Amino acid sequence: MAGEAAQTAKTLVDHLPVLQVVVPMLASPLCMLFARAGLAWAIAFAASLACLAISIALLATVVDGGVISYHLGGWEPPWGIEYRIDTANAFVLVIVSAIAALVLPYARQSIAAEIEAKHHALFYTCLLLCICGLLGVTATGDAFNVFVFLEISSLSTYALVALGAARDKRALTAAYNYLIMGTIGATFFVIGIGFLYMATGTLNMADLAERIAQLESNRTVRAAFAFIVVGIGMKLAIYPLHMWLPNAYTFAPSAVTAFLAATSTKVAIYVLLRFSFSVFSPGFEFERFTLLYVVLPFAVMAMFLASIAAVFQQDIKRLLAYSSIAQIGYMLLGIGLVTATGLAGSIIHLFNHAITKGALFMAVGAIVMQTGHTAIPKLAGLGRAMPLTGAAIVTGGLSLIGIPGTAGFISKWVLVSAALEKGWWPVALLIVASSLLAVVYVWKIVEIMYLKPAPQTSVGEAPLGLLLPTWGLAAACVFFGLWADLTIDAATDAANGLFGGGFAAR
Amino acid sequence: MDFEFIVGHLNYWLFIVLMMTGLYVVVARGNLVKKIVGLNLFQTAVFMLYISVGKVSGGTAPIFPADMKIDESVVYSNPLPHVLILTAIVVGVATTALGLALIVRIREEYDTIEESHILTAELAIARRELADMDGER
Repeated sequence: MAGEAAQTAKTLVDHLPVLQVVVPMLASPLCMLFARAGLAWAIAFAASLACLAISIALLATVVDGGVISYHLGGWEPPWGIEYRIDTANAFVLVIVSAIAALVLPYARQSIAAEIEAKHHALFYTCLLLCICGLLGVTATGDAFNVFVFLEISSLSTYALVALGAARDKRALTAAYNYLIMGTIGATFFVIGIGFLYMATGTLNMADLAERIAQLESNRTVRAAFAFIVVGIGMKLAIYPLHMWLPNAYTFAPSAVTAFLAATSTKVAIYVLLRFSFSVFSPGFEFERFTLLYVVLPFAVMAMFLASIAAVFQQDIKRLLAYSSIAQIGYMLLGIGLVTATGLAGSIIHLFNHAITKGALFMAVGAIVMQTGHTAIPKLAGLGRAMPLTGAAIVTGGLSLIGIPGTAGFISKWVLVSAALEKGWWPVALLIVASSLLAVVYVWKIVEIMYLKPAPQTSVGEAPLGLLLPTWGLAAACVFFGLWADLTIDAATDAANGLFGGGFAAR
Repeated sequence: MDFEFIVGHLNYWLFIVLMMTGLYVVVARGNLVKKIVGLNLFQTAVFMLYISVGKVSGGTAPIFPADMKIDESVVYSNPLPHVLILTAIVVGVATTALGLALIVRIREEYDTIEESHILTAELAIARRELADMDGER
């Protein structure tokens, strides 16, 4: 190894792709060893800032279409595990690590109110493991490695959701159901990977892409695609497989809900994108039919049925959870259109929805901290008692609807134009129509917060530690709504990279 | 589908039976521990699939002689799926442990591990909350 190091001396910069994953992985046991909440928080926060810096450096390197291929342990792919960073996953890495860097300062005060003190250090341990898993899924270029990191993030997520039990014991059953559904999903995914390995004899994604191209009519490969879509669909709460999501989001601690809603389903969407467009290719007839005639209809159903369900919820966290399922529908719709513009729309919405839902769930966390309630009728008059939190909810709500000037407008605009470009105007109409449902459920919250008289209790504004991260994301909703070039360019690059035949073409 | 085909794919038949048994137990049983048992069966089926496809007919254990004088005529089985499954087994153990830990906590809070009883208890909580909200209006 020493001789090799002399030949190709590697600097720290060359190791960035793996450091991205290793930093949170090593920081997490440190949190447990120090076992003091303050110290654990400091370690976790430092690790998340390091991840953010690394991911931005990676995005800056690959933004003009470059690809970084990192060979773990110096083993050449396809034998060794390869970390492969291109624009698409660098973009997702930035989303995940940025949200993590915002959630950690928020979590400090939020979990102090919601979780028993003896669990605080363990909370940061789990959160870091979850971050490590999500970043690993995104960075890796090895199909089996995706499964391993997916399970690292999922297992820590189940534990994080269960920590909500201090506030409501239903968090435990929510975590249990999520565990059962998530494990079935992951096992389906690993069956799919197994079939791919049986048909091709490789696990490296770039290598898989090359070999699958010659095996289009192979039934094992088709079965593999079906298993992978269903398995990952379970993780990303594709419409009929979403049953775990509302309870998990409702009963998890607020900081966890904000983090999960903004990152975990987004990373699952990324995996679907990666497998649909890089490993398999849309030229693969079976895949195009699956996306057009299975994923797309379910996406449209999600947009409507989940939005309608959201309208009737009496709990603000559950309402936002159903709205998340609907928004996942928009992202899947972009994928289901199977065009470059549709993909770009999907990726932009992935980013915009991450910041929008992050801001909304953080603001709800501030309300939980000040009032202890999430029931919508109990929010009466809170818009005046907590003006800054209220304004953050309104900003996030507007972005959720897609009002011009907010981030949500940009992604819906791109999705609508993608549908029109394909000549599918009914789909474009459906996107607009389902946005009207978002108006209904957002108005339901705004009405009760601003137009109902407040009860005679003295509720104050949330502490600055919660408000600053919340407003960081809420401001991002407006910023990326007004200066959309940044996201549109990055997402278009990413989509073209994925759609241009993915790995096989390079 | 002749006899050769059926016997030749014995590992796949066993995989399908074991997998479906596991999935059925997860869905059909109300006892939370039994669900975890079903989940384990389901995962084990996948382990079996991977391990059995690593076998090369006529192949021996994939261990090179100590002096590294490799005889070209010896056929080795594929060790990679086995290594993958070692990882998957670890994931499975972690999942089982976490699932059982959650069941212990559920038992402490709900005093039952039967799904139907838990649902009744949760429905009661939800009803109380709704009544509480109506009082607020």
